[in-house]
Amino acid sequence: MVINNVKSSVNRSQVATRLLVYLLVIVLSIVFLIPFLWLLSTSLKTQKEIYQFPPVIFPYKLNFNNYYLAVTKMPFLRYTVNTVVITVLCVIGQVISSSMVAYSVGKIKWKGAKILFPFIVGTMMIPTQVTMIPLYIVYTKMKLVGSIVPLVLPSFFGGAYYIFLLRQFFKTIPDSLVEAATIDGAGEGRIFVKIILPLCKPALTTVGIFTFLATWSDFLGPLLYLNKEEQYTLSLGLQAFMQTHYVEWGPLMAASAIFTVPIIILFFFAQSYFIEGITVTGMKG
Amino acid sequence: MDGFHKERRSGSSMSKMDRSRTKSGILFALPWIIGFLIFSLYPICISFYYSMSDFNIFQAPKWVALDNYRELFSDHKFYLSLQNTLYMVVFGTPITLGAGLLLAILLNQRIRGLSVFRTIFYLPSIVPIVASSLLWLWILNPQYGLLNSILKAVGMKQPNWLMDPAYTKPALIIMGLWGVGNTIIIFLASLQDVPRSLYEASKMDGANAWQQFIHITLPGISSVIFFQLIMSIINYFQYFTQAYLLIGGSTGGGTNGMSGGPENSLLFYSLYLFHNAFGYFKMGKASAMAWILFLIIMAVTALIFKTQDRWVTYGDQ
Repeated sequence: MVINNVKSSVNRSQVATRLLVYLLVIVLSIVFLIPFLWLLSTSLKTQKEIYQFPPVIFPYKLNFNNYYLAVTKMPFLRYTVNTVVITVLCVIGQVISSSMVAYSVGKIKWKGAKILFPFIVGTMMIPTQVTMIPLYIVYTKMKLVGSIVPLVLPSFFGGAYYIFLLRQFFKTIPDSLVEAATIDGAGEGRIFVKIILPLCKPALTTVGIFTFLATWSDFLGPLLYLNKEEQYTLSLGLQAFMQTHYVEWGPLMAASAIFTVPIIILFFFAQSYFIEGITVTGMKG
Repeated sequence: MDGFHKERRSGSSMSKMDRSRTKSGILFALPWIIGFLIFSLYPICISFYYSMSDFNIFQAPKWVALDNYRELFSDHKFYLSLQNTLYMVVFGTPITLGAGLLLAILLNQRIRGLSVFRTIFYLPSIVPIVASSLLWLWILNPQYGLLNSILKAVGMKQPNWLMDPAYTKPALIIMGLWGVGNTIIIFLASLQDVPRSLYEASKMDGANAWQQFIHITLPGISSVIFFQLIMSIINYFQYFTQAYLLIGGSTGGGTNGMSGGPENSLLFYSLYLFHNAFGYFKMGKASAMAWILFLIIMAVTALIFKTQDRWVTYGDQ
């Protein structure tokens, strides 16, 4: 009897806890979603509705004028093309170079691998501020400030984060596969291209996605190196637009929405790569 | 145990196999090695030299020994920027990590629709920083912004967020909380890695939820907390873009990005460094600042590493 009573009270408190958990999760989800709603709703409002109190979340009539203003008041297409060019080049460079280096420190059995890898991880600690000024001076001397070279070039030399991520993945490929190929007379180059890369498509995709994300959103790089308006990326163009139109919230929110949409779409198509990538680099430091 | 340790040394000469492996090892690592020399090692070394020079880009650097450092140590803006940055490190880090952990624990309660909730919490963290800063500039607008409208509706005080020096940094931390998704995903994955059997065994021993959290959950994810702690501190020390954008947005055009916000309350270390380098072209002074930051980050990281033995446990031990 006593045991039964204890049990039912435990059950009751368990049900209460679960209800509380759901309540919290749902309320917090709404809190996280509201800024998105606010972004969309502002972008669809008329100027009058924007300055109305109390504010309305759902405008009376969908008004796409802000989107029209956003893409015509600034060279939106040009900014987009510039951003895409830089992003594509960085993704290509990063995937090729990082996978090569990761292969060297993760799969090739040579003594340097053990020395090199900690160095690579260690460079993650170097603050951008230290290397930023000397690099800017080098690019100035080479007359490359005002071109996309400073934004793209470093991607072709491997990023510590991505090398780390790929190495973790390469490690899971059984050595026996590599050894079998070696016995068949395949060189490291062929093993890398024919065996490792095809097996690691998910990890390579993850690296591509994260490079895309970082380049698409980068602000400091373009701020330092792009000084002509026709070269601006979306980040820089949007900031410049804000400086001159800082009270026109409608067009500003519309532009932000357009800027964000490609990333949201990418996320819905490649959700698992995102999650995988974050957990590998975030947990196994 | 040492007696069993095998030394595998096949004579003094490397076998042909070893040599070819070393060759391809170097070849494949070449991109990083070259990149490291050009984009890390050279800049670090020359930056140290610049930090001891008077240098404005247009003329050759002139050696001044420790003058830049001396100037910094008597510059009140330097201390102010350090103080503002420490505020973010000291308050921002525990608040964001704590919130991330709390949300991860909530999501780890075997709830239905996990992937939907996970997506909702994660999405804000991938919104481009310029877009999210613009959005928050509007949310935090003192007159028409969403936050103050809500505060007004419930009858609470409505701060002047980005105009009032007392509220600028809390505003940035609130904005940072919206982007906590990354941390949530990492903590959630690490929580899922803690063996269920441990919880079941402790339940048999009569442990309650709080005791389980303290004795099983926290030790189980301590290595991840440790790594996240270090990364978060490093990031807050380098805090720049959001401050730069929000200052530019709340003061309107015409500041040329050379403002530190209301009463310099948003003058963070990296922002002041940026002003010195690209506003005043004091490359020497800015390099000295960069080196001091580098040393601070290394010292803080080393300090945290030292505490590691006391609270971090690794799964394989």
